[in-house]
Amino acid sequence: MTAIQSGLLDQAIIDDRRARIVPKLQAILSSDQLKVTQEDLAPFETDGLAPYRRMPMVVALPTDKAQVIAIMKACQSEDIPVVTRGAGTGLSGGAMPHEGGVLLSMTKMNAIQNIDPDARIITVQPGIRNAAVTQAVAPYGLYYAPDPSSQIACSIGGNIAENSGGVHCLKYGLTVHNVLQATVITIDGGELTLGGESLDAPGLDLMAALIGSEGMLGVVVEAKLKLLPIPQVTKVVSAAFDDLGTAGRAVGDIIAAGIIPAGLEMMDKLSLQAAENFLNAGYPTWAEALLLCEVDGTAEEVQEHIEDVTQVLKTAGAVEVKVARDDAERELFWKGRKSAFPAVGQISPDYYCMDGTIPRGELPEVLQKISDMQDKYGLQCANVFHAGDGNLHPLIMFDGNDPVQAEKAQQYGSEILTTCVEHGGTITGEHGVGVEKINEMCVQFPGEELTQFHALKRAFDAKELMNPGKAIPTLNRCAEFGHMHVHHGEMPHPELERF
Amino acid sequence: MQTSIVQKYANTPQGQQADAILRKCVHCGFCTATCPTYQLLGDELDSPRGRIYLIKQMLEGAEVTEKTRNHLDRCLTCRSCETTCPSGVEYGKLVDIGRDLVEKEVPRGFVERLTRQALISVLPNRPVFNALLKLGQTFKPVVPGALGKKIPPKRAKTPWPAPRHTRRMLVLDACAQPGATPNVNASAARVLDRLGISLVTAPEAGCCGAVAYHLNDQAGGLDAMRANIDAWWPEIEKGCEAIVITASGCGVMVKEYGHLLAGDAAYAKKARRIAELCKDMTEVFAAESLEQLNLSAQEQKVAFHAPCTLQHGQKIVGVAERYLREAGFELTMVADSHLCCGSAGTYSITQPELSQSLLKNKVEALEAGRPDVIATANIGCHLHIETGAQTPVKHWIELIDDVCGA
Ligand SMILES: Cc1cc2nc3c(=O)[nH]c(=O)nc-3n(C[C@H](O)[C@H](O)[C@H](O)COP(=O)(O)OP(=O)(O)OC[C@H]3O[C@@H](n4cnc5c(N)ncnc54)[C@H](O)[C@@H]3O)c2cc1C
Ligand code: SF4
Ligand code: SF4
Repeated sequence: MTAIQSGLLDQAIIDDRRARIVPKLQAILSSDQLKVTQEDLAPFETDGLAPYRRMPMVVALPTDKAQVIAIMKACQSEDIPVVTRGAGTGLSGGAMPHEGGVLLSMTKMNAIQNIDPDARIITVQPGIRNAAVTQAVAPYGLYYAPDPSSQIACSIGGNIAENSGGVHCLKYGLTVHNVLQATVITIDGGELTLGGESLDAPGLDLMAALIGSEGMLGVVVEAKLKLLPIPQVTKVVSAAFDDLGTAGRAVGDIIAAGIIPAGLEMMDKLSLQAAENFLNAGYPTWAEALLLCEVDGTAEEVQEHIEDVTQVLKTAGAVEVKVARDDAERELFWKGRKSAFPAVGQISPDYYCMDGTIPRGELPEVLQKISDMQDKYGLQCANVFHAGDGNLHPLIMFDGNDPVQAEKAQQYGSEILTTCVEHGGTITGEHGVGVEKINEMCVQFPGEELTQFHALKRAFDAKELMNPGKAIPTLNRCAEFGHMHVHHGEMPHPELERF
Repeated sequence: MQTSIVQKYANTPQGQQADAILRKCVHCGFCTATCPTYQLLGDELDSPRGRIYLIKQMLEGAEVTEKTRNHLDRCLTCRSCETTCPSGVEYGKLVDIGRDLVEKEVPRGFVERLTRQALISVLPNRPVFNALLKLGQTFKPVVPGALGKKIPPKRAKTPWPAPRHTRRMLVLDACAQPGATPNVNASAARVLDRLGISLVTAPEAGCCGAVAYHLNDQAGGLDAMRANIDAWWPEIEKGCEAIVITASGCGVMVKEYGHLLAGDAAYAKKARRIAELCKDMTEVFAAESLEQLNLSAQEQKVAFHAPCTLQHGQKIVGVAERYLREAGFELTMVADSHLCCGSAGTYSITQPELSQSLLKNKVEALEAGRPDVIATANIGCHLHIETGAQTPVKHWIELIDDVCGA
């Protein structure tokens, strides 16, 4: 893997920009809120997708809204791009810096501003960790539903930008269904309050446009989140299978039986072994696949559903079905699942995490195809995913110090995404487009949509300074990509080197 | 993570070990969530992932300055990040290497060297430390503000039963402990005596080596370890069953003797044996039947502070708490129990501001449940928390000792 080196701005331009912006930023920020030397900048060069790296020109760490506004105004007046960074756990390079831009790290703005337990609303700054929200409201019997596997670390600002899902989004929705209001600073320093405390706010629903916009419209500086009461009873069933395809079919059977689980997740052998190594959660490491199915509600509902689910799973061919004995064991089961990606780091120095979706019914066939590709590329692939909504996360394992393997991993990933699209799916489920999947966007949106995306972006950011080069490809780029897109998208980026 | 270590380090054992650790990190950021310094400062460079990156850069030949050194200095070595990391990154070992290298690349100024040297010479030196402690305690009423608070209160010594059992265990009567909290080991001795075990000390043994080692005087640390091995060896040859450690900070170090002295032909084997014999007080309990102690605590509320060196370093979680509960104590809920109290060896002296913030948060969390007493398992945390808490602080074994029935 290499850092992105081609197509970058000339050093002279970068130096000139830095010389112009640094004095302005110094007037706004204290010295420990501003990073300008190589030594301090490098740890910000990448996010959760470590193969993609680019040195930022400057890193700014604001502590309040006024500083964000002042920084945005300064950048706008000097024509300098701004890339916002939350916790840097993103898996599509959305927070990868711009070599001639300011990286705005929001991690110092992590306060809880207000908790209103009666209205079930919490008001937070964007840098707060997702799990810290739930921890803070637990004493009121409440929680925040979207729970990405990275929830221990990822920030609410990042969740909003990526419209993150989680293991419970099957029943409780994605981020977009759980944010009531957001305050956004646009590149000209303007402050917009989108959404409202009631379910349907007047005016155009710009909140929906903001959520999932990958930091391209503005910087979220405050959010009001909807809280839910903790369900009376929650139980999880774990079902072990000796065959991946059978487990895939069981997923469809559960949904077909009319049950909407709170979460329905699958791990294959490699990933469950890695997670077991980390946690000793008591997973059946002999199994080819493990399904975790959670149900919640009143005691009677849960009892009834647990019986139904158990029956369906057994009929579908599960070898072992067990219900977590108590909340502690249930939490352990989920912690293992949520740690599965990085746990794979124990087996392999690097992994490439894919994020495709397919219709549930296609699971058995697609899983088999992905598994068969292992031989073709000579690389192992673990699979962990949100089975309930058909969101796959194949983890291709490789050694980044070996360029041949890195190249193979890249091709393997492309073939997986192409397979998803061929089976009626999409190229991203929840990790966003970022820089990683920008070319595939041309495939996903061959028509007028891209033009409209750009028009919307320009309405917020006429100079296109916010997170440029991410999420929506330019039409030129797509023309070029389409021209080269002859073999399943196996082609290098024009100016962004893939790893 | 991909790495490309420069020639200068690539062929050294340190460089290779660091590279192997770095390769395991997948840059997921999970560890940042439980890092105390990141929680306070909100700067990637004060997070484990950021520090790992700073060390990686240094090994890859990038220019380093005192900035890298400062970010590594601010790390508490609490190893909370290790507990959190699903990928098994051995951060503690990496940061020891990082500190050693940065110290060479960016030597410290004269005054800073002097302070650190003073800490290395005073703390582990029992006679000097005790003399200073007595002096401090005498003048405590007139010592101003923060400094006065740092001096632990005087505690009367309680009796230590004479060795009478055939089962014997050694106890590390460490540098600061006998002077500052003399009752901890005496309590352990009395409780074990009831269990049919005599607890003995080796007068020649001294500091476990942690103070010097973590201030990056690694040679000095290793010397302290060798001296302890020599001091303990005669008892071990006589069949002593274990080396009991009542301070988890020392325990985590002694358990590493085997690893740290692996390259020393004369000591490697003995060091391995010592490490095997080393037991935290909780681990000694695990093998004994506690019924004979007739424990019967009455309505006392205890807030337990789990030292980092116990929960993250030795991975002993929830065990002392279980014994306290079994003894009849009521344990209060303590929020964020994974976080460091800010003591962290000499950290409270080298990084006073961060240390005080952590202490304040910790004391709030501990006192939230209105406990009658705070219990812990490490001398450093014990003395540090005492400087900020209204509630009395004790070692958990002292509480057990208090409620042993007839
Ligand atoms: C192990 C692992 C598991 C994961 N599991 C899941 C999962 O189950 N579901 C899921 O959806 N994702 C998952 N992710 C991906 C990632 O954690 C999410 O996308 C998360 O929302 C990113 O949040 P962050 O704070 O780390 O944002 P970053 O990575 O820092 O940034 C992501 C994007 O958000 C933008 N951004 C950040 N803060 C702001 C702000 N304040 N205002 C405007 N824009 C902003 C950035 O510009 C960037 O485009 C996982 C990641 C890892 C490493
Ligand atoms: S949790 Fe482990 S793998 Fe993830 S960034 Fe931290 S050290 Fe690296
Ligand atoms: S050892 Fe403690 S302070 Fe140091 S990086 Fe890890 S969690 Fe943070």
